[in-house]
Amino acid sequence: MPKTIQRWTRSHEFWLLAVVIVLSMFLTAATDSFLTLQNLFDLLTSTSFAGILAAGLLVVLVFGGIDISFTAIASVAQYVALTIAKTYPIGWFGVFFVACCTGILCGLFNAVIIHKVRISSVIVTISTLNIFYGLLIYITRGDYITSLPSYFREGIWWFEFTDSNGFPYAINFQALLLVVAFFMTWVLLNKTNIGRQIYAMGGNEIAAERLGFHVFGLRCLVYGYMGFMAAIASISQAQLAQSVTPTTLIGKELEVLAAVVLGGASLAGGNGSVFGAVLGVMLIAILQNGLILLGVSSYWNQFFVGCVILLAVSATALSQRRRHAGLAS
Amino acid sequence: MKPSANRSLISRFVRENATTMTLATIFMAVLAVFGLILGDRLLSVGTFQSIAFQTPELGILGLAMMLALLSGGLNLSIISTANLCALTIASVLQFTIPWGDAGSVLWLTWQVGAVAAGLAVAILIGLLNGFIIAYLGVSPILATLGTMIACKGLAIGLTRGNVLSGFPDPIVAIGNGTYLGVPLAFLLFVALCVFVSVVLRRSSFGQKVYLVGANEKAAQFSGIHVKRVLLLTYALSGALAGCGGLVMMARFNSANASYGESFLLISILAAVLGGINPYGGTGKVSGLFAALLLLQLISSALNLMNFSQFLTIAIWGALLIGVSALRSGTGIFDRLHLFEFWRAKSAVSENP
Repeated sequence: MPKTIQRWTRSHEFWLLAVVIVLSMFLTAATDSFLTLQNLFDLLTSTSFAGILAAGLLVVLVFGGIDISFTAIASVAQYVALTIAKTYPIGWFGVFFVACCTGILCGLFNAVIIHKVRISSVIVTISTLNIFYGLLIYITRGDYITSLPSYFREGIWWFEFTDSNGFPYAINFQALLLVVAFFMTWVLLNKTNIGRQIYAMGGNEIAAERLGFHVFGLRCLVYGYMGFMAAIASISQAQLAQSVTPTTLIGKELEVLAAVVLGGASLAGGNGSVFGAVLGVMLIAILQNGLILLGVSSYWNQFFVGCVILLAVSATALSQRRRHAGLAS
Repeated sequence: MKPSANRSLISRFVRENATTMTLATIFMAVLAVFGLILGDRLLSVGTFQSIAFQTPELGILGLAMMLALLSGGLNLSIISTANLCALTIASVLQFTIPWGDAGSVLWLTWQVGAVAAGLAVAILIGLLNGFIIAYLGVSPILATLGTMIACKGLAIGLTRGNVLSGFPDPIVAIGNGTYLGVPLAFLLFVALCVFVSVVLRRSSFGQKVYLVGANEKAAQFSGIHVKRVLLLTYALSGALAGCGGLVMMARFNSANASYGESFLLISILAAVLGGINPYGGTGKVSGLFAALLLLQLISSALNLMNFSQFLTIAIWGALLIGVSALRSGTGIFDRLHLFEFWRAKSAVSENP
């Protein structure tokens, strides 16, 4: 038992959790508004988009690949789904179905190109980002969709209640989708045979291939899953924004990547956990939220986020190096 | 010289410059096709001048990206470095009292000083990247992602997101002036290309960059000071990004924390299209140069045909995948055998 605890205290997640807890305690003490239900719900709602994408990207990183094109996939998915929903009464199920099919198709396109052309996934997904995004704006001429169906505009709420100040609260569907996305990813990576195969592939692709893993099938699954998550995230974002702007999501891809990497996923593959990714997303969200609550001008937001990322990746690299040195001696 | 030796020299040249020649062939083909469609509207001095105006920004940033790629890394912070450099130059120009009268030597010195301050900032960011990557052992993509966000954050924080604009004529001329009809920015770009090419090909530092990129461990064991090479590579990459920032601010006559962000991924695209191996170790400036001209030609031609610039970036993406498929020689373009043909030919001429 002590050994498991010892291993846990040495893990990346433990330190990240410690930082998140210390930061939260500090913010609770320093501001009145941090630890209020309203703020926590707002936090959950506003991180939904980045969080769901982070869940998808984690799987790709564990697999040993990388995807830059997911913001373009999300833009395409939400545009297609809500264009159809505008004219045909397809309902909630229809919106999700169309978006997810579009997202998965785009993801599969990535997988096929990476597999057939055999160039690095960074290069392929940078290209497909430009292809998806360029064609989307070219075909739609960059028009917004503002007249969304009424059921979509209202959203979905559960467990509505009012606090002592009269503010209404509810678990909204952004928060639910976020939780579901991470839960699904956790099940996929930790509770299924396929998840073990994804970790093995990321650890050593050639060894996994020689063991008889179906590499192309796994690649399709991983990139398809990323496309699927991008679609879910895009619907969540469109509902929150109450409109579809095809240009608004592009440029967020590296921020999501930063959050996942902060959570301990390695770009070399084979490493990373859902808990770590959740903590990475949480840390950035709490940091940004906290800076606003502390009254720091929002212009300085990015600077602090960047510094935290630099500190985190440097600390991780140093501790890894120390561990390697320890193993060697 | 025996004819066979001559032929093997040619075949060696073809083999070593396969990428550049492929791109040049595609360039001529694209020029011919669009030339037939558009006629004089494309094949005019004005078109080529506008290509020469548009290439330098992306081109200089592409050089900065190329250096990092050659060493086996990546530099995501080039745009924020460029913007921070431009903002430094802009604030020195705006918040210090100009020296001397307009047009005097002292006045020019003041502007050179401002540019030097900006480049110093850019080199500092490059050194920070290099230090984190080489001495702390952080992977380049993560280190530069961190500095990218931090530098952009610093720029936004200091300027509160505002634009600084209105610079003295000599600075504006860098972006908009011409010499004998050739834009000054293009001349600067060509000069930087020659400089980087000479550094890479003729200096021991350049050769070390290739070796470190090809195999870092082997380089280490053959006595190369890998850490110092990486530090210098990122410093140089930062300096080049700073030059890109100078050209950008000169062209727009303004500087801002978030200009040119779409150039980031496009500069990787251009470099890889130009035959720079994304895993490091191989690639030439001439390839990058050819790739940039090809991208700008496609952009200008589509622009003349009134297609939106977004169709252009979609085609750029497709072009990279197509050329990569051709280059990798396996997969969807397997049957074309274009490269196999060249390789077989050079093999025959080398072993007659």
